[in-house]
Amino acid sequence: MAQSMLNLRVDWRASCSLVGTVVKWLAVAMVFPLVLAIFYGDGVTTFLASMALAVAVGWSLEQLDDDPDLGAREGFLMVALTWLGVSIIGAAPYVIAGEGTVAHPVNALFETMSGFTTTGATVMANIGFEDHSRALMMWRQQTQWLGGMGIVVLAVAILPELSVGGAQLMDAEAPGPGIQKLTPRIAETARALWKAYLGITALEMGLLFSLHLVGLAPNMTLYQSVAHGFTTMATGGFSPAARSIEAFSAAVQWLIIPFMVAAGTNFALFWHALNGELEVFGEDHEFRFYVGVLAVFSGLLALLLFVGGTAESAVVGPVAGNLEKAARHAVFQVASLVTTTGYASMDFNTWGTPAQYVLFMALFIGGSAGSTGGAVKIVRWLVILKSLKRELFTTVHPEAVRPVRLGGRSLDERAVRGIYAFTLLYFVIFFVAGLLVYLDAARTGTSIVALDAMSAVAATLGNVGPGFGMVGPMNNYLPFPWTSKLFMVFLMWIGRLEILPVLVLLTPAYWQS
Amino acid sequence: MRVIIIGAGEVGSSIASSLADSHEVVVVDVDGERVDALTYSEDVLAIQGDGTSIATLREAGIDDADMIIASTDEDETNLVACGTAKTVDDPFTIARVKNVDYLETWQHAEDQRAFGVDFMVCSNLLTAQDIVRVIGLPAARDVDPFAGGAVQMAEFEVGDESPVADQTVSEADRFDSLTFAALLRNGDVEIPRGNTRIRAGDRVVVIGSPGSVQEFARELAPNQTPSNNEDLVIIGGSEIGYHTARLLEERGLHPRLIEQDHDRARELAEELPNTVVMENDATDAEFLAREHVDEADAVVAALESDEKNLLVSVLAKQLGAHRTVAIVETTEYVSLFETVGVDVGVNPREVTAEEITRFTRELHTENVALIENDKAEVLEVEVDGDSALVGRPIREAVADMPEGFVVGAITRNEEFVVPRGDTVIQTGDHVVVFVEGDVLEEVTSQL
Repeated sequence: MAQSMLNLRVDWRASCSLVGTVVKWLAVAMVFPLVLAIFYGDGVTTFLASMALAVAVGWSLEQLDDDPDLGAREGFLMVALTWLGVSIIGAAPYVIAGEGTVAHPVNALFETMSGFTTTGATVMANIGFEDHSRALMMWRQQTQWLGGMGIVVLAVAILPELSVGGAQLMDAEAPGPGIQKLTPRIAETARALWKAYLGITALEMGLLFSLHLVGLAPNMTLYQSVAHGFTTMATGGFSPAARSIEAFSAAVQWLIIPFMVAAGTNFALFWHALNGELEVFGEDHEFRFYVGVLAVFSGLLALLLFVGGTAESAVVGPVAGNLEKAARHAVFQVASLVTTTGYASMDFNTWGTPAQYVLFMALFIGGSAGSTGGAVKIVRWLVILKSLKRELFTTVHPEAVRPVRLGGRSLDERAVRGIYAFTLLYFVIFFVAGLLVYLDAARTGTSIVALDAMSAVAATLGNVGPGFGMVGPMNNYLPFPWTSKLFMVFLMWIGRLEILPVLVLLTPAYWQS
Repeated sequence: MRVIIIGAGEVGSSIASSLADSHEVVVVDVDGERVDALTYSEDVLAIQGDGTSIATLREAGIDDADMIIASTDEDETNLVACGTAKTVDDPFTIARVKNVDYLETWQHAEDQRAFGVDFMVCSNLLTAQDIVRVIGLPAARDVDPFAGGAVQMAEFEVGDESPVADQTVSEADRFDSLTFAALLRNGDVEIPRGNTRIRAGDRVVVIGSPGSVQEFARELAPNQTPSNNEDLVIIGGSEIGYHTARLLEERGLHPRLIEQDHDRARELAEELPNTVVMENDATDAEFLAREHVDEADAVVAALESDEKNLLVSVLAKQLGAHRTVAIVETTEYVSLFETVGVDVGVNPREVTAEEITRFTRELHTENVALIENDKAEVLEVEVDGDSALVGRPIREAVADMPEGFVVGAITRNEEFVVPRGDTVIQTGDHVVVFVEGDVLEEVTSQL
């Protein structure tokens, strides 16, 4: 034992100390729900207590190392533990408030991890203001917004002690392969990304509320506008309304679509666009592929919905044959699942099997690199398609040298290998996890079918949120045994950090020299 | 005119020999034996010394010299020699370089005076352009690049069999970025209008992007011009091989390139998106047969040694390749290559020496191509605020200019802009124009 301690080559104290700093700052993030609690006169003590807890825990962790110095290995540990740490402390309001099903510690952790990782899977039995205070519901929305652009990116943007090594931290956290440094200083890059994120979020909130003011969206109050702005741009998917976006008018649904698409776009493109380089959208191959995928999936789904026809589609009645409805629900649902937002404009559990198949495939696509979307990600699919095409060519011409190109840039072969490895790992984890969830349900006598288990795993690992069957958009994850819920917390966690930064912590090689 | 040539190698000697009749030529070289040899073979003054040293340049008479031609095999020596000469006096400086990066830097500089060089000749690029002219535009009588290669002027002869014979210009012009600058008929220059009829025996001068010139050539002489699916194989990824592939790509062709070295092959594959790069030994006959190099329409041998180029050219020819072009570094071998069956031998030094000599003879500081012995010129001008072309549609600007003036192409920030009647030329644009000889002075004064 003593021997192995001596061999420990990771300065875990430094990592934990910085996690403490981030956790401490989480108290500041709770100011907004606290203000709402005071305004609505409900839940003030909940948030005061949670803030005190965050400061206390954060300050204690900080004492582990008064001058933390981060290396590459400490960076992985810090990023991974930050997400775990904020999810545990962020769960405090649910537990302290003691309202409904999320008061149970495991459920609270599930709900918070689902929030921060922008998954949007819920264990709330009754969503709405009858069971929960408006302040608590807004905290639930806000966790997604904080997690969307990334808590670590935010930390790099505002904490000067992270300016060195910040690139590594963002690399470990940011969705997609590699980060683009937009400015020479990493903190400035982080701030630029957050500013773009903040700006578009504010724009969406404003437009949603404007719809309400002109009478096109009766239910979209100021509270709802802010709440949905928080969770659209984060590709989160939580909604304070039990029926998700189905509770709002068609105008709201149409308005949310472009914002979901924007949320799944590489935020570096917005930064360039703000600098007047609008042509980046047309030139970026990933963006073009992304738009193409959305168009093809939406077109196919719209056709299936419009034709309707099968016996199962009886419920779809009002959609079949109605061009506007078929188009709206198809585009909305495809954008929602491809970008891993997870909103529902109607209960797609009622759709025919072919339509559900299309949506099931969409669960694995994901947003662009550098967006807030999860899952495998568009850029990886694009690289895989291109390298498969190359494989076909080199089979005929074994001597041919063909780099895989993305736009004008050729990719390093190691990057291509990395993308294959990630995608394979993703599917291996998906299948093994699906089996485990199924077995766990059998152990406890919960009745689920294989597709439920599969879609629950795909939806949590990909940070999508709703799946099919018992985890459909109008249902929740409550029926799963607590062991499965904890396991899904793990899936959401590794899914958000793109698996490898967390898995590497589980290898002996990481901890030894 | 007093001309100082630095470097008495093949290029320097060749230029010296061409200029010796009409100019006072001084040649400087570090190698005493070469200096001696030159003293006896040509009517020039040969001095032994380092062309980059001020003392040597003074000895060569830099104060009275009108022109310095730095033509050693070393790029850096040539650049430093020109820079040194400029510190003493202001002779016109010409530098020969191999590295295209230096050429790009020089072209990029605002006043075109980077490194103290007034005119730069890049032998690797020139050679590649020569090869592309031979295999890419065999029907062209003359091809000249402008605006750093973004614009091309080409002159074609219209044969009896040509599909465009007896068509009007507007029928023949189906290309976006191509301008018909002139028709040469019975020794006269005619500015074509849309209804002008092209006849067999005419020569047409077109100005446009390299790709559109290629397309036009395919229209004009389909049997002689390689089409998109024609098979062009480049053997060897040397700088010349690379630029040949790049220029062919610019013309919309898809060549194949064979390179043995793993890292270089990868590098080339990254640089050349429309070229199939293969990593193998090009003398492997089995590989050549498997990749159907025997059916290639043209094979370019661009390996680093003459012996290997000879071997692969003969091998390709023997397998059945249609035409072979080989780079021959040693001038004396060119005829040998052509004797044993290589169709064209291209010698980079010869190409370079020819270009420098041609330029020296014309002594224009602008980029110029002559049409029909001075009957007309194609010139490239960077327009400034005072130009009569700036700030209004071309249609209006041209109406005020004398007859016999055509705007052929425009490049803005190195991008091709198609000149049409309503295009407005801006300050800083590079404009390639066709001008008839008798209005040349009048036109250039207004540009």
